Amino acid sequence: MPTVYVNDQPVELKPDERLNCIQAAQKAGVEIPHYCWHPSLSVVASCRMCLVEVGDKKPDGTVAMVPKVVPGCQTPVKDGTVIVTNSPKVQAAQRGTLEYLLLNHPLDCPVCDQAGECGLQDFSFKYGRAYSRLAEPKNQKKDKPYIGDQITLFTDRCIMCTRCVRFTREISGTAELQVVSRGSGEEIDIFPGKPCNNKLAGNVVDLCPVGALCSKDFLYEQRVWWLKGKNSVCAGCSTGCSIRVDQNKDVVYRLKPRSNPLAQGEFMCDEGRFGWKYIHSEHRLKFPMQKLPAGITPVSWPQILPALRQALTEAAKRAPEKLAVVLTPFMTVEEAYLLCKYLKSLSPAARLLMTPAPVVGADDSYPKDLRGQAAPQPKFTIRAEKAPNRAGVELVLHHFGGTVESLDSILAQVSQGTLEAVYLTAGSPEGWITDEQAKSLAKAKLVIVQDLLDSPALPWATFVLPGTSWAERDGTFVNHAGLAQAIHRGLRSPGDAWPDGRICFELAGRTGIFHAPTIRQEIAGEIPALAALIVGDLGDEGIFLKSAGETASAADSETQVPVTGGSRS
Amino acid sequence: MAEELTPISNDDVVWMEEPEMGFWESTFLPAIFSGLKNSLRHVTDFKPVTQQYPEEKPDLPLNYRGVHRLNRDDKGRVKCVACMMCSTACPARCIDIVAEEAPKDDPLWADRDKRPKSFVIDELKCIYCGMCEEACPVDSIELTHIYDLTGLTRQEMKFNKEKLLEVFDQTKDNPRDPIRTHRGILGPASDFTSLPQVGPATQIPQGDKASEPVSTDVIKQG
Repeated sequence: MPTVYVNDQPVELKPDERLNCIQAAQKAGVEIPHYCWHPSLSVVASCRMCLVEVGDKKPDGTVAMVPKVVPGCQTPVKDGTVIVTNSPKVQAAQRGTLEYLLLNHPLDCPVCDQAGECGLQDFSFKYGRAYSRLAEPKNQKKDKPYIGDQITLFTDRCIMCTRCVRFTREISGTAELQVVSRGSGEEIDIFPGKPCNNKLAGNVVDLCPVGALCSKDFLYEQRVWWLKGKNSVCAGCSTGCSIRVDQNKDVVYRLKPRSNPLAQGEFMCDEGRFGWKYIHSEHRLKFPMQKLPAGITPVSWPQILPALRQALTEAAKRAPEKLAVVLTPFMTVEEAYLLCKYLKSLSPAARLLMTPAPVVGADDSYPKDLRGQAAPQPKFTIRAEKAPNRAGVELVLHHFGGTVESLDSILAQVSQGTLEAVYLTAGSPEGWITDEQAKSLAKAKLVIVQDLLDSPALPWATFVLPGTSWAERDGTFVNHAGLAQAIHRGLRSPGDAWPDGRICFELAGRTGIFHAPTIRQEIAGEIPALAALIVGDLGDEGIFLKSAGETASAADSETQVPVTGGSRS
Repeated sequence: MAEELTPISNDDVVWMEEPEMGFWESTFLPAIFSGLKNSLRHVTDFKPVTQQYPEEKPDLPLNYRGVHRLNRDDKGRVKCVACMMCSTACPARCIDIVAEEAPKDDPLWADRDKRPKSFVIDELKCIYCGMCEEACPVDSIELTHIYDLTGLTRQEMKFNKEKLLEVFDQTKDNPRDPIRTHRGILGPASDFTSLPQVGPATQIPQGDKASEPVSTDVIKQG
């Protein structure tokens, strides 16, 4: 086993592990401050923040140290490498680097959006000095409000780590950003008329360790220390990017990608990043509604649930083969399971259907080359399948003997009279039914709509159950590669809307409260394909439903190519 | 046991005896007469101590903390940069600020990035602790000497930006609430002409030249 010593602390590496000093120190729980290095980007060693002392432990036990400090990001470790991160020499180097980085950095932290999650603030506090020796006026560069539709640049705050430049060159491949001028005139800029508007552009804001690149969408909306984050999974497409939902007082302000090598890596696309606005749509359903003789009326949950149960039981008794639950790829595994299980308990002859996931265009892989063609080894893929959990719901559906059918075919069966009672679950932010299609629901005797947004189906509904968006629920999403990830309830739902899991749970007449990990374990015991969920708590990264060997091919195409020292750009 | 409980060691304890009472003292007559003398003095004293409020206004100490104001800078703009430090520091959570980008094309606002779109202080929720004043990096929010704040509705007591600027206009000429600084920009705090001669917050190694105070002309350039 190769062993690396970080501040006298031995760290065992795996035989094939290729790490640099920063990563080796991370394994030992030691932080080496860094700005320009990022696990998914090439190494430039330009910020000089990660300077450490490095040495070599000889077989006879003596240690030969390199006489100067070296950048930790660019120095690979091997068996016997000694890394010192806290010697006076290193501390002096860190203080010097920070003083240099802060020479021209404006002290506008109070108006800077990054304040509170700023690398410069954090490291200045931990490793820097509290005073400046600069006797000259600061070098103030003009702000560039238009770097892209979503990006603004506060040029004077930039510390020239060039993470954003490398991102557009290496991950998106679109190369809009570049460094112009030299020396103290260095600035990040775009070529005139070629803004940074690629589909991954929002990531440069996350990559920026200071407040230079800011998101126009989030600009001045909130101070970051007010935001409360919950880990979740983006519901935009079947890639299932690990994200964090940042909210304050039940208002979502932004989504941030989380690092998850099993899912998407470090980034997320702009469609997902800015595609959550429907959560606060004014068309959200807020109260359960029931069609009474007086028309469709808002009622309370304790009123609607027994009525709904009775209506379903009657429908199951009258003609079970004409009763159907229509699942949607937007629901979680737990909700699909609870609903299927409940329906089958009413009558084994009742039908289970599922609408296919909406597909828009084709998979969009990055990096792109000069002609806009995707590279053979994609580092990030935006899937054409615009639903988070087709794979998971299908597994449940097939276990209970259901079929995937298009909405048109289901509605045709309703008009022909082969379906009399339908329980439609929706949850698509784009609208899942047109006025024309909805008219065929007129023939059905019982229509139940569980949705989060207003839709043309509502006038025909006997019962309307207000569900919630993915950010307001607990559950499991299974992505295209079979990775099951947990989503967590990040905010409370508007009005009297219930998380869909709770609706299904209480509709099934179960006692207790809906607790996703418990349901997950129940599912694992019942559905062999989902047996991996037995752990209950899926952790931050999620687990693959199949064993590693089976999914290796699928997972390999997604994970990042490991970045090792030496590749300069 | 007592040794364990007491925080003072027994060696440090000096035991005192109550002084003995003399003859006159034990009759209590001197004490009675001195009390009667005090009472008589008050009975015959006709100088009033009651302050005739509201005809007479009280003389408040200079550090009295009353109604807030939002200061204007030398261009008449609101000094507040909407950093929301005050509302972060506020223990009563009575400050609600919505920020917006300062209009870049307006020459008046060209040097500012951020400004408050709305700034509301609930004067009824406020506990007048002055933490907002202390947190403000641009000396924008200040507490004035206005203490007699009344209103007919709760809504009326929520002071918005315009109202708070109005309080500034009313109080700026009062010598008790002077304009302390006109600068509304961030940077070296306020109108210091020299750096305060205090040591840096971190430990300094012996002989570090950087720890010596900088010359006074450093700040003037900003």
